Amino acid sequence: MAGKIEDESNDRVPLRLRPEWSDVTPIPQNNGPNPVVPINYSEEFSEVMDYFRAVYFANELSSRALSLTAEAISLNAGNYTVWHFRRSLLESLKVDLHVEREFVERVASGNSKNYQIWHHRRWVAEKLGLEARNSELEFTKKILSIDAKHYHAWSHRQWVLQTLGGWEDELNYCSELLAEDIFNNSAWNQRYFVITRSPFLGGIKAMRESEVLYTIEAIISYPENESSWRYLRGLYKDEATLYVNDTQVSSVCLKILRTKSNYLFVLSTLLDLICLGYQPNEDFRDAIEALRTSDNEEQDSDIARTICSILEQVDPIRVNYWVWRKSRLPQAA
Amino acid sequence: MGDLVAEKHVQYILSVQKKKDSFESVVMEHLRMNGAYWGLTTLHLLGKLDTVDVHEVVSWIMSCQHDEGGFGGNVGHDPHILYTLSAVQVLALFNKLDVIDADKVTNYIVGLQNEDGSFSGDIWGEVDTRFSYIAICCLSLLHRLDRINVDKAVKYIISCQNMDGGFGCTPGGESHAGQIFCCVGALAIAGSLDLVDKDLLGWWLCERQVKSGGLNGRPEKLPDVCYSWWVLSSLIMIDRVHWISKEKLIKFILDCQVI
Repeated sequence: MAGKIEDESNDRVPLRLRPEWSDVTPIPQNNGPNPVVPINYSEEFSEVMDYFRAVYFANELSSRALSLTAEAISLNAGNYTVWHFRRSLLESLKVDLHVEREFVERVASGNSKNYQIWHHRRWVAEKLGLEARNSELEFTKKILSIDAKHYHAWSHRQWVLQTLGGWEDELNYCSELLAEDIFNNSAWNQRYFVITRSPFLGGIKAMRESEVLYTIEAIISYPENESSWRYLRGLYKDEATLYVNDTQVSSVCLKILRTKSNYLFVLSTLLDLICLGYQPNEDFRDAIEALRTSDNEEQDSDIARTICSILEQVDPIRVNYWVWRKSRLPQAA
Repeated sequence: MGDLVAEKHVQYILSVQKKKDSFESVVMEHLRMNGAYWGLTTLHLLGKLDTVDVHEVVSWIMSCQHDEGGFGGNVGHDPHILYTLSAVQVLALFNKLDVIDADKVTNYIVGLQNEDGSFSGDIWGEVDTRFSYIAICCLSLLHRLDRINVDKAVKYIISCQNMDGGFGCTPGGESHAGQIFCCVGALAIAGSLDLVDKDLLGWWLCERQVKSGGLNGRPEKLPDVCYSWWVLSSLIMIDRVHWISKEKLIKFILDCQVI
C-alpha cells in the first residue's frame, strides 16, 4: 500500500493562497452525477489534484507544474497520469536526470510496492544509459536488503543486467542472499537466471557440476526447501537421462530418507526419477519400508506405488495429486 | 467458521465511504475503473447487479475513453491497457458492448503490441505478461483477436515460461501466481494451452496451498486470499483444481472475512 511522505514543515500553505499560483483556476474532479464506487477525498488531496488538472489540461510544461507533480506524487504515488505528465515535463524542461533519480529514491522509500515508481525508475535509467548501471544495481540491492523477495526489485535488477550489464558479481550476490535465507525462492530464480544467461559463465552445461554440488549442500541442510529441489531439477532441463543417472541425486535422496524426517520432496523426487527410468536398489526399498507405518499404507511390491501411498498419508492436503500420480504409474508387472 | 455474509459484502461495495481524510481513500482515485470491475463482478456473482444504475455506469465509463481508443482509470486520466480491459469487461457484464466503437478500442490495443510479440501497458513502454493477457482477453471479448499477431503473442508468453512450469512477468522473471494466471489465461483464450506443461504447473500451483488451507503466490511466501483467485482459476483452466483441498481453502477464505 502506498505511504505518505512527511512534509518537511507541518504548515502547508494551500495552493489557493500561494501567490505563484494565483493566475490558475483549479479544475474539480468530474465524477458524474452519481459516481460508481464513490470515494471520499481529503481537502489537501482535492486541492492538489484540482490544480494538477488545471496544468495538465492546459499542458503547461513549467517548473511550477513539475513541483506540483511532486506534491501530487507525495499524496498518491500510484497516480499514473501524474507520473506521465511528470515525464513530459522532465523531457520538455530538460531536467538533470541524476536529480530525478534521487527524487524517485525518496518516493520509493515509502512506496516500494508500486508499479509506477519502478517504471519511472527504469525510464530514467534508460535515458541515462550505461552510466546508470551501478546506481541501479545498488538501488535494487538496497530494496532487497529490506525485502529480499521484492518482485519489482528483482524484475528491475534483471532488466539492468540484460540491458546495462554487471553480471560479474551476480552469482556471488545470489549466494550471499541464500546464505541469509536458503528458502528465498527469488534468489534461487536469480541464480538460474545468471547461470543460464550470463555471458561470462558458459551456460548451464558448463555450470552444472558446481551448481549440483552447491544445491546438494543446500538440500542436505534443509531438505524441506522446495526451491532447492526445483533448482536441482532445473539444472538437468532437457537432460532427463543425466538427471536419472547422476548418483549425487540418488544418494542425497537415500541419505535424507534414512533420517526419516523432512522427506516429502525426497519422495516426490524419487517418484519423478522412477518415472524417468530410475531403478531403485535394495537400500531404497529398505529405507522406504522403514517409513511405512504399520497398517495405513498397503503393502506393495511396486516401490513407486508405495511412495505414492506414503505421500497420500504425509501430505494429505494434496492427497488428490498423489492419488493421480499413482494412477499414472505403469501397471506393476 | 461461519458462512459468507453476502448481504454485508453487497452493502460494503454499494457504499464505499471511507473516512474523509483517510489516506487509503485517495490513493485509488486513478484506478476506479479496476475497482468498478471487481466490485460489479462481485455484485453479479451475488445476484445484485440490478442494484446499480447501468446507464450511469456506462456513461461514466465512456467519459474515460480517449481519442486513441483506450480508457483511463478515471475521468481525466491517461489511457492504459489495464483500464481498457476493465472498461470492456464491465460493459460486457452489462451486455452493453454495443455502445463502444470496437474497432477503435482494437486499434489502441494493436498499437501496443511490440516486435517480439509482447505488449506495452501504454505509450510509455512498460512490458509485462499481464499486458499480454489483457490484450488477448480484451480483443477476445470484442471478437477481434485476429487483429493482433497471436502467434508472436503466444511465443512471447512461452518465452516467459520457467523450468518449474510457471510464468514470470518477463523472460527469466520468477514464477508468480498472478503472472501465471495471466499467461495461462492468455494461452487458453488463444487456444494454445497445449504449450503448458499442465502436470508440472499443476503441481507447482497445488504446492501453493499451505497448512492453514490458504494459498501463497510463490514458494515460502505467506498465504493471501487474493491467491485464492490467481491460483484457483489457473488450476481450473488446466483442469487440475481437485489437486488442492477445497474444504481447507473455503475455511481459510471465510476466516479472512471481516464481519
